[in-house]
Amino acid sequence: MKVTFPHMGHLWLILKTALEGIGLEVVVPPPCTRRTLELGVRHAPESACLPLKVNLGNFLEAKELGADTIVMAGGVGPCRIGYYAQVQREILRDIGCEYKMVVFEPPDVHFSEVWDKVKYLNRRPWQEGVRGVILAWQKACAVDSLEQEVQHLRPREAKPGQADAVFQQALGELDAAGSRGEIKKIVKKAKSEMAKIPRHGGGPLLRVGIVGEIYTLLEPLVNLNIERRLGALGVEVVRGLFLSRWINDNLFKGLLPLPGHHPEKTAPPFLNHFVGGHGWESVGDTVTFARHGCDGVIQLAPLTCMPEIVAHSVMPAVQEARGIPVMTIYLDEQTGEAGLQTRLEAFVDMLRWQKGRKAAERRGTYLQQKLFQGAENKCQKFT
Amino acid sequence: MKNNKWRLGVPRALFYYYYGPWWETFFQALGAEVVVSPPTCKEIMDLGVSLAVAEACLPVKVYYGHAAWLVPRVDALFVPRLVSVEKKSFICPKLMGLPDMLRAALKPCPLIIDTTVNLARRPEEGLAAAVQGMAGALGIKGSRVDLARAAAEDRYHAWLAKQQGESMATAGCSEEEPASRVYRSFSSPGQESRDALQVGVIGHGYLIFDQFLGMDIPGKVQRLGGKVILTENLTPLQVETACRQLPKLLYWTLGRKIMGAALHLMEQENVAGLIHLTAFGCGPDSLVGDLAERYARRRGKPFLLLTLDEHTGEAGLDTRLEAFMDMLYRRRSA
Ligand code: SF4
Repeated sequence: MKVTFPHMGHLWLILKTALEGIGLEVVVPPPCTRRTLELGVRHAPESACLPLKVNLGNFLEAKELGADTIVMAGGVGPCRIGYYAQVQREILRDIGCEYKMVVFEPPDVHFSEVWDKVKYLNRRPWQEGVRGVILAWQKACAVDSLEQEVQHLRPREAKPGQADAVFQQALGELDAAGSRGEIKKIVKKAKSEMAKIPRHGGGPLLRVGIVGEIYTLLEPLVNLNIERRLGALGVEVVRGLFLSRWINDNLFKGLLPLPGHHPEKTAPPFLNHFVGGHGWESVGDTVTFARHGCDGVIQLAPLTCMPEIVAHSVMPAVQEARGIPVMTIYLDEQTGEAGLQTRLEAFVDMLRWQKGRKAAERRGTYLQQKLFQGAENKCQKFT
Repeated sequence: MKNNKWRLGVPRALFYYYYGPWWETFFQALGAEVVVSPPTCKEIMDLGVSLAVAEACLPVKVYYGHAAWLVPRVDALFVPRLVSVEKKSFICPKLMGLPDMLRAALKPCPLIIDTTVNLARRPEEGLAAAVQGMAGALGIKGSRVDLARAAAEDRYHAWLAKQQGESMATAGCSEEEPASRVYRSFSSPGQESRDALQVGVIGHGYLIFDQFLGMDIPGKVQRLGGKVILTENLTPLQVETACRQLPKLLYWTLGRKIMGAALHLMEQENVAGLIHLTAFGCGPDSLVGDLAERYARRRGKPFLLLTLDEHTGEAGLDTRLEAFMDMLYRRRSA
């Protein structure tokens, strides 16, 4: 059995560690490229959302490398992701691509269903499997902490791309790491290298929060490397959704002591109910970012994504009440780099102008006060 | 507001086509005046299109239009938050956010009664809570609520039974059945010859029964000499049973109706073909419809997918429909 799985951002590294930990032979699907997307688009229903298409491309490319089993997550609605696996199975069958599928989802009848799937996959004594999973989790945390560092550096480094180069290098090393000690060493080394990267002494940076659907947020092929683009435009990107946090929220049901999302606290009164996917989080995080003084928010979503359309629809209310500009970008296979770049530049220009105006207003009132005080003083002198 | 003269606006769109009679009877029994927006027309659609985000699906845009039409005419809008109307199922995510979406779009925004309807876990309790919530929003409690609910359920079940039994060709509904008024024009007297082709028309009720939005596809099929079979003509059991063929429970209520009807109809010898009516940008349909089409293809049943958006021209649609019906006739005589 050679297992493969959907390629999402850096998730592959973590899944690989976990699956190898339970003794499986893993075929990591090749990193997503235009070809992946084209393969997926060719066979997927036209109006399905983008993640389904890219996933399908991943599976087809992994097949070429000899994979024969797919491991993926399912769900029970309300958004489409829970039915991806079913549709993908039928598509693969129709084009004669033989695969066995193991779909993990909340059990319909009994927990033994999940258990059976785990047993089916597990090839090693339990203790070892558990060790693999823990190692995977540690890698997830390492990747996330490095990525945050990179987000911080991108707008500040003198020569764009240096932080990313260190990061890529570290990712490769993390992939090979086999123990907690190694992981720690790699993180330490990467961080110290990053600390050495020369920075420019430019003026104040803009801070932009990124919210949206997880796949479009985490997969650079799909979002056309939006974070790097923003970094190059001198924008510091912040994001609330990281792999480790997502794993914690969704798989461990928030058991681990990590700051989770609390849309039930932040999203009302704008959105008062969960709507599947990450719609609720998108609204909640936008409010949080506004509170933390971000200059703007960018919402990313696959075209036709239902939860994000709900979030998008209420954004005008958030924008008005919280005074934070929000731009929504829908992504699909037609999204071109040039168009995206133009929109980003325009948005960043607008934010910069607004920030400048705000600063000027502040300075303005200050000057006014000064002048006024001066006048007062003079008056006092006369009287 | 303690007095009984609430003017309550109910948009004639989306789930009005499934629960309209229930809602109306209930609120009327509680002493409110119910104002239902008129059938969709170009103005209402354009109004909705201008208010909603471009990426929303057409039925949601139309809903915006109906709501906006009602705003100056009522004290409050009834926009229930439909999360789930049966066990282990969901309605589309957009309907879970609909009240909030409207609040962000309508200016000025009237009071919106957005009772949550969630029957996914404990249907009985969920329904009771929803009924209480709806009545509570009007400031009414106690036995009056139970009476109103009983009246609403009576009328609703009568309406459902009628819908199911109604052969499309003879449907002539009385004026006081608002939600089924839409059935009337499907009757095309004299058209139905004995050897009419049976054609299944599947899709969301708010597309099929909204004559403007859905472009009266069932009526058109009839005028081309076909006999239309809708999901509503099948028994819930038939639909559910057919749907159980799927390896995994389909968790959208409407998706299940569509899929079940499609699977059931494609197994019937005498059904010549299937037409799936869908709205551009409909999330669930993009998967459900694709699956239905795959199954139909494997079984050799002709399948026509018609996707509607605000730019769909009637002429183009007619041509495709005619070609499809022609093909069905040819297949039969061959
Ligand atoms: S089910 Fe489809 S058509 Fe209906 S509201 Fe949802 S996306 Fe729109």
